[in-house]
Amino acid sequence: MKRSIVCRCEDISEEDVIHAIDQGYTDIEELRKKLRIGMGPCQGRVCIQLVARILEKKTGKKVANIPLPTVRPPLIPVSLGTLASEKDGK
Amino acid sequence: MENKADVVIIGGGVNGCSLAYKLSKKGLNVVVVEKNYLSSGATGACGAGIRQQWSTHENASLAIQSVKMFEGLSRELGQDIEFRQGGYLIAVHDEKEMNQAEKNVALQRSLGLKVDILKPEEITNVVPILDVQGMKAIGATFCPTDGHANPFRTTFAYADAARNLGAEINTHTTVMNLKTSKKAIRSVMTDKGSIQTDVVVNAAGIDSKTIADLVNIKLPLTPFRKEIMATERLQPLFEAMVISFKDGIYFSQQKEGQIVGGIPIPEEKGGYKTMPTFAFLQHMARTLTRYAPALNHVNLLRHWTGFYDVTPDARPILGEIKEIKGFVQCNGFSGHGFMISPMVSQLLTDLIAEGKTSEVLESLNLERFKGKNIEKELSVVG
Repeated sequence: MKRSIVCRCEDISEEDVIHAIDQGYTDIEELRKKLRIGMGPCQGRVCIQLVARILEKKTGKKVANIPLPTVRPPLIPVSLGTLASEKDGK
Repeated sequence: MENKADVVIIGGGVNGCSLAYKLSKKGLNVVVVEKNYLSSGATGACGAGIRQQWSTHENASLAIQSVKMFEGLSRELGQDIEFRQGGYLIAVHDEKEMNQAEKNVALQRSLGLKVDILKPEEITNVVPILDVQGMKAIGATFCPTDGHANPFRTTFAYADAARNLGAEINTHTTVMNLKTSKKAIRSVMTDKGSIQTDVVVNAAGIDSKTIADLVNIKLPLTPFRKEIMATERLQPLFEAMVISFKDGIYFSQQKEGQIVGGIPIPEEKGGYKTMPTFAFLQHMARTLTRYAPALNHVNLLRHWTGFYDVTPDARPILGEIKEIKGFVQCNGFSGHGFMISPMVSQLLTDLIAEGKTSEVLESLNLERFKGKNIEKELSVVG
């Protein structure tokens, strides 16, 4: 069977998302915690729009009304060494 | 939504959901009301650790019994909660800490826990990436049966099991008011309708204080913002959670491979502010790379905030309030609500379903703050 990847960071397919929605996880934050979508290095840049569309198709909730999950800093991965050597800043 | 229930649980975190499951198993008709989504509060933001090494009898015995229940939980709930027992290594930095560690270990051993005091040279046998000199350790305590589980998976697994037993779980539903008459709970009013009930469980995390205010009960809870970070995924490097009470740091490697950990920011005070800070990232990165220099080149992916609902003695508030019949507290976990949730929900189930109380439950009642002698939990991290 063909498997369409939705989230490359966490290897989550369209079927995985549909299955979770069918189980009752219809909040984008719940889906994120259930499937780890948006928790990888891209932080949802690739997957969240796709997940929102699947959610629209399944629940009828309009994409425009589906909030983006909370964005966590830093927006791009930064090494611990770089953060540790940075001058004191608040 | 149901307009009648045996028990209404306010809060869809790990404690609310596990209690919903256990009460439903007893045949009670349970409704959960969660204002956001399941695990949206402290549960979903927590460090995932499960520790039995505590300084007070109540916390240690709650945690020891909880670990026994965690061991069989994936099977019982029919879903993998990713429970792993890699142990907890607690760094000891000076003589004073060593004296306290010896007292703690004696208490924990008296409760049947296997826990050892390690010499400095034994530390890297447990966690090879640690730099014992960099972390300034003169020893450590280690309990091999401590561990982690996935807090989201655990909460969702409890919720699914509760639903299968007939519990109703309402997310995105806010409690507006509680009705009482003759000093007893009568109903819960929400923005989606009201529910008649004799028992309300207040498991709302930092919002438990607001819920109790509705019936003029003052809970001594202070919200403390905590920050926590996750790195990119790595090959398995170590199994134990590493913590230090002196530096406040804790970190572990999760099943997926990321290192998750936190540390308090020195100037931080209580409050509801949620924005993560750069000061945290810097302090965390410096301390973590001092403990484990090999992590210098590892990328940090995300960091986020969560809240501890802290009580004056850092122990939870559990059980029925003396002033209002049927108003049961399940809050004030002070940063360790996830790890003791199996036993907390068991004790509250015994209380609600069978009217059975216990010594631990009595000693954690709100009443204790009215007395003078409060034994404070000392082994708090993060």
